[in-house]
Amino acid sequence: MAGDVAMPMSWGRYPRLAQRVVHMADRRGALPLPAEGSILPYGLGRSYGDSCLNGGGTLIATRGLDRFISFDRESGEITCEAGVSLAEIIEVALPHGWFLPATPGTKFVTLGGAIANDVHGKNHHRDGTFGLHVKSFELLRSDGTRLRCSPEENADYFAASIGGLGLTGLITTATLKLKRVGSAFLGGQSIKFGSLDEFFDLSAESAATHEYVVSWIDCLGEGETLGRGHFLRANFLSAEEAAGMRSRRSLPLAVPVTPPVSLVNRLTLKAFNAAYYNRQSVRVAQKTWGVDGFHYPLDAIANWNRIYGPRGFLQYQAVVPPRDQRDVAEALLEEIARSGQGSFLVVLKVFGDRRSPGLMSFPMPGTTLALDFPILGEATFKLLDRLDAIVVEAGGRIYAAKDARMAPETFARGYPDIETFRKFVDPRMSSSFARRVMETA
Amino acid sequence: MNRILIFGATSAIAQEVARNLAKEGASFFLVARSAVALGDISADLTVRGAASVMTRVADLAVLDTLADLCDEGRDALGGIDVAVIAHGILPDQKACENSVDATLGALRVNAMSPAALMTRLGEIIGHQGSGSLVVISSVAGDRGRPSNYVYGASKALLSVMGEGMALALGSKGVNVLVVKPGFVDTPMTAAFPKGPLWASAKSVGDGIVEAVRKGRRGVIYAPFWWRFIMLVIRFAPGFVVSKI
Repeated sequence: MAGDVAMPMSWGRYPRLAQRVVHMADRRGALPLPAEGSILPYGLGRSYGDSCLNGGGTLIATRGLDRFISFDRESGEITCEAGVSLAEIIEVALPHGWFLPATPGTKFVTLGGAIANDVHGKNHHRDGTFGLHVKSFELLRSDGTRLRCSPEENADYFAASIGGLGLTGLITTATLKLKRVGSAFLGGQSIKFGSLDEFFDLSAESAATHEYVVSWIDCLGEGETLGRGHFLRANFLSAEEAAGMRSRRSLPLAVPVTPPVSLVNRLTLKAFNAAYYNRQSVRVAQKTWGVDGFHYPLDAIANWNRIYGPRGFLQYQAVVPPRDQRDVAEALLEEIARSGQGSFLVVLKVFGDRRSPGLMSFPMPGTTLALDFPILGEATFKLLDRLDAIVVEAGGRIYAAKDARMAPETFARGYPDIETFRKFVDPRMSSSFARRVMETA
Repeated sequence: MNRILIFGATSAIAQEVARNLAKEGASFFLVARSAVALGDISADLTVRGAASVMTRVADLAVLDTLADLCDEGRDALGGIDVAVIAHGILPDQKACENSVDATLGALRVNAMSPAALMTRLGEIIGHQGSGSLVVISSVAGDRGRPSNYVYGASKALLSVMGEGMALALGSKGVNVLVVKPGFVDTPMTAAFPKGPLWASAKSVGDGIVEAVRKGRRGVIYAPFWWRFIMLVIRFAPGFVVSKI
């Protein structure tokens, strides 16, 4: 099984590494193991950095594992092969009043990827991470062993594989408990706020009343305007509230080619952020959304990642514990604003305290900040190192699914369970991220 | 369009056709060799919305059972709105060149078997007065090439037979649709390096369903632009064809 030598890219289009790709389409079949070298499961490649890449090794593409196995429309339990995408699950489940219990900002990820990165979403403050809603899965190891993993059975492998970045084995099938929803629409408010204090007040006030909460911050705000942004909060509407609403078909938008330079630069950023902040004149706007408009606005633009040009971009997501979260968030925003780098959408959210079963899971109680940086050379990497220092000092951590550059020490300090985790890593499995960050940590 | 009979139901293109139709709540009668694979596909289609899925394990190379299989499918479904013939193998061209048995074996699965099914299904659907008969052929049937002329010859038979049936049975309400996919990324082509001309099985399957919905008959290429590529290739001289 030679496989093509290809240059599959992660979503950040950085780094670019040559590797072989082999396909797996039969969940009962053996792993397509190459004679030598390491392997890594690869789904839809939506991890931003190098955690879904295996430079010089082999990727096992799992999209062929795309069959549903069962769906109980009464209990909301759905079982499918791990290459099924979240978009496909929504298509099957939402018409019957079921939705994903947790979802990232794109639905174009596989079920296996969602588990391996223990993804989270705008309802983390209530429902925690994706892994909390996984009932069980089958883990196929390179020696051919198949482990049925759940909180009761092989619980140690269950914990290691949730957020385990695909290093503990290949997840072939999984069972997920979906969430009951009254309709395919959400209702809530968009609230303009002028400072971080307001943001934290709104977060505290909305945690109990709204299942989905997220904020956009103007990353160029300094002094007076530091920490200004829009606060979004929403709940799924009941069938009665949503009566008569129709989902609009969005136009098929796409970024067809990669522009020669990043379209996100100091000039466009300043104009966009000011316009975005001021687009809403009233302080509180009542809003309704379809599921796609609320959860997946960027999915409407195919290949949006191309706007950052041929050099690609770095996505940065960190979480800091509650103790100094306001001051640390301020310090991070100041550092970013001073640099003039950063992207259109800086996302800020307060996580809840539901603990994930995942050993290496990213979310923890505290505040998380996420944003994109077009790669402008050394300056970009140095800026992120300075942000790392602030995060680590505060006792926080960086999200591996979005990383392509953190130092091994940064990782080790953020993830104290790394030594326990190592025991469950499959001897044949590795990734560019694992070699760069975990092996030396 | 809700009673669907598929021969070679485990083929990648057939699965995508079935998934698309399952969303609308169709009923299926699926025929294939592997009971395990049929079970998996049946479960998948059920979750995706199929009203019912019946499966039948059969070796489609056994020619004298095929007419009865068509009748069995029709009876189980209570009539046929869409029949899809999708089974086929990619024979080992080199082995065929030195073996009459290998060549005939390949032609039996890829040409004789579908021809038998087409004949009986044409009768059944003609008798009903409406319905579609979809035959998965290939662009490889448009010209003989040194690297795969046995496969190409089998597909040429399907294309010509389907084209003729479409003209003959159109007035009886039978929409015979010959689909000629170009390069499709499926398990059958897993060993080939992929380039920009390759399409996914899903896009080909969705294209077929769209054509059936529109009541198309005759020959279609999938994706459509293969029609222009093949137009050029059909007029190319032999020494050029021998290079591709």
